[in-house]
Amino acid sequence: MSSEDTRPDALDRPRPRSLADLFLSFSWLALQGFGGVLAVAQRELVEKKRWLTREEFTEEWAVAQIMPGPNVINMAITLGGRHFGWRGGVAALAGMLSAPLLITLCLAVVYGQLSQYPAVAGALRGMGAVSAGLITATGIKLIPGLRKNVLGPVVCISLGLAALLAVAWLRLPLVWVLLVLGGIGMGLAYRRLSP
Amino acid sequence: MSPLLMSAADWLQLVLHFATLSLLGIGGAITTLPDMHRYLVDRQLWLSDAQFNASVALAQAAPGPNILFVALMGWHVGLNAGGGWLAPMGAIITLAGILLPSSIIAYSGGQWSHRNRELRAVRAFKAGLAPTVIGLLIATGTVLATASGSTLDQWPVWLIAAVSTLIVWRTKVHILWLLGTGALIGAFFLA
Repeated sequence: MSSEDTRPDALDRPRPRSLADLFLSFSWLALQGFGGVLAVAQRELVEKKRWLTREEFTEEWAVAQIMPGPNVINMAITLGGRHFGWRGGVAALAGMLSAPLLITLCLAVVYGQLSQYPAVAGALRGMGAVSAGLITATGIKLIPGLRKNVLGPVVCISLGLAALLAVAWLRLPLVWVLLVLGGIGMGLAYRRLSP
Repeated sequence: MSPLLMSAADWLQLVLHFATLSLLGIGGAITTLPDMHRYLVDRQLWLSDAQFNASVALAQAAPGPNILFVALMGWHVGLNAGGGWLAPMGAIITLAGILLPSSIIAYSGGQWSHRNRELRAVRAFKAGLAPTVIGLLIATGTVLATASGSTLDQWPVWLIAAVSTLIVWRTKVHILWLLGTGALIGAFFLA
């Protein structure tokens, strides 16, 4: 039973410098996110900017998942809010949405003319396959962060595999998977964390 | 489609519907997609099936969060209602509807959990969910890779997905290069 907090000190780590930094960082992040932003978020926030460690990213992601609304957006708001209050949340949200919204609407305008070409549909499928790979790799890259988890390797691997099978193979509704497996994990973690 | 008659009350109803769904979309707004179809296409007849599907597919192809598919639905409703400035207005108000309630909750929840991060319950919550969340991520990738079917003739899609998994995991190649390559391969071999 260990109660040591493995969380690194937040003060001596890189953090967003200003509201503009938040806005631009999240714009740049969102603009790279084809077929979803999560994979890019992990790469930018953990590997490049180092605003979050791998463990923190997984935890924030867990919190963002359990709340209503799009996960990446929730995470941007939480991160922005942590550093600059509500204005930080708004700056991160605006960064995440502004440029992509413009591009998406432009795409909608030209879509009518292009959709008849099979090559365009093929290109979309190719990009879809790449983004599927991105998300899988993101999950794999977060696994080493579980080493410090109080649950220990056996429980972590069992819960992770159960979640994978429940959603990818059995196609169970996400809410139930989160409630049941997440609930078991939380209960075990609560018992193992000494008060 | 002949122009729709959309009154101010109709627009308000549309926004309120998305605002309700905003609170229900736990695990991502994509889980409320079936209900959007029921409301917009089947019940109100504000969108055609083709427009609904195009909204989702286009948002996936464009950069940015997938939630932008909601803006495209609003855009298409605006087009059906006569176009012009109604289309961008529809996009913006539906996006505000789907995001505002959940964003306020995310903000307050995030602030609260950070202030109380040393609480045993908060630490147990985060540590306990972590393995499930990682399993879910890998599952999402798998589901996306097999979205267009899991028959053997889909092997080129799986191969692209598997190779990009390996590249993203083991190297630092920029994601845009991978997407560009995927688009090229797709245009020539998946068309």
